[in-house]
Amino acid sequence: MGINGKSYIVGIYEHPCRAALDKTLPQLHAEIAKGALADAGLSKDDVDAYFCAGDAPGLGPINMIEYMGLNNVRHMDSTETGGSSYIVHVNHAAQAIAAGHCNVALITLAGRPVADAKEGKPVRYYNQQAPDFPFEMPYGPNVTNMYAMCAMRHMYEYGTTSEQLAWIKVAASHHAQHNEQARLRDVVTVEDVVNSPMIADPLHRLDCCVITDGGGGIVMVSPEVAKSLKRTRVKVLGAGEAPKHLAAGQVDLTYSGACWSGPKAFAEAGVTPTDIKYASIYDSFTITVLETLEDLGFCKKGEGGKFVSDGNLISGVGKLPFNTDGGGLCNNHPGNRGGMTKVLEAVRQIRGEAHPKVQVRNCDIALAHGTGGLLGSRMGSATVILGSEDA
Amino acid sequence: MSADQKSKINLVVNSEGKPYWEGAAKGQLLIRTCNACGKAHHYPRTICPHCFSEDTAFVAASGNGAIYSYSVTRQAKPPYVIAYVTLDEGVTMLTNIVDCEIDRIRIGQKVRVKFSEAGDGYALPVFTSA
Repeated sequence: MGINGKSYIVGIYEHPCRAALDKTLPQLHAEIAKGALADAGLSKDDVDAYFCAGDAPGLGPINMIEYMGLNNVRHMDSTETGGSSYIVHVNHAAQAIAAGHCNVALITLAGRPVADAKEGKPVRYYNQQAPDFPFEMPYGPNVTNMYAMCAMRHMYEYGTTSEQLAWIKVAASHHAQHNEQARLRDVVTVEDVVNSPMIADPLHRLDCCVITDGGGGIVMVSPEVAKSLKRTRVKVLGAGEAPKHLAAGQVDLTYSGACWSGPKAFAEAGVTPTDIKYASIYDSFTITVLETLEDLGFCKKGEGGKFVSDGNLISGVGKLPFNTDGGGLCNNHPGNRGGMTKVLEAVRQIRGEAHPKVQVRNCDIALAHGTGGLLGSRMGSATVILGSEDA
Repeated sequence: MSADQKSKINLVVNSEGKPYWEGAAKGQLLIRTCNACGKAHHYPRTICPHCFSEDTAFVAASGNGAIYSYSVTRQAKPPYVIAYVTLDEGVTMLTNIVDCEIDRIRIGQKVRVKFSEAGDGYALPVFTSA
């Protein structure tokens, strides 16, 4: 039993704050839940399923359900795959709705890394019990250098250049200029990117995403509930999820788990990459986008550099408009977890509610993809394909 | 500590990894190998991740390898080189490249293991130009 056409996204909310000094983490979750339910035209008592990931404090759903007063929940899921969790949640919510376990599913993400740093709270340490920890942590892996090694290897094998990677940031900045809430709104050039300070070779400062507070939420419902609501409904057509890791030492950094999650989502949706009018691609770093586009089949492996060049990802200019909200590279990367905002902009595009300057015409089929964890070691990859009612 | 700084080495030595660290302390790089399927793996595990056999053991590696990929963390003081090195035995491990001119490091470069002091009598396998 697949999920195609068996559930709809009817409510979304992106928290406008980018620094949450005056808000607690549970408070952000609740504000987001309220916003997403209001967008759907539903109340908290309609919610019978709740989904959250590792960003939710305490025991996740247990604590958050109590805090928010969600009194009718009979289905919970706290699948944690880092920043891709929320796209996995969309898949799991679609499965639960299709199976008849629930009718109204709420997914929330919130984070306050900016506020936590200002308040001097310690960064969350990776669990020492993780089996890889003793053999990796002594060498100083961090988020940037672990993605940088993927870029370095991709350049070595395929001749990908820093200028090609820079085009991904350039495209995101072209979109972010129209988003009043975007953290970075200045349009940048390829030269700006490659001349920005080197953080971890070959990634420059402008190859990296922003760090922001805030979050987002999604409300998903059964077809029957969707029909009773006034909101433009967005159909879930297909989804896939997959882990990818270091394979016991048979390391290959040139591809991501998207090479498995993507085909599964496309098959379930009954579409191919050429059918996708808009793509939200997790952009923790420029290299994340490049490898993901190849793995999802938008171009051949190794040709991502050529594919992203010359504005091909800019809405109204190129063949594959991507991250029209400005993405994690320019707009928002709440809690260092970008999967949620990827779904939100894909929903806006299908509703026709993206900013008019970046709205894709006749956007009937869109894709959102998340990469959680580290592209340079182990990750959770998740893909979802969404469509209009007629798709 | 900022994310750009390399953490002070603080080895986590548990029962599964203890022989590995004891080997390193004696100047030996050990690789876990499976007697059932004959394949090596890294990081070391009791049950083989290739075939799930429990018949695994540490064997001494040659200590020779080549850089699969690397990155220089420029914002750290001093900058350091993180790398994946593919050992001649066929497994790839996360490590540091040390005692090299950092701007001359290249993918494919031949490297050899050396051991840096890690406190409490332990040592950390790192690599330098062969």
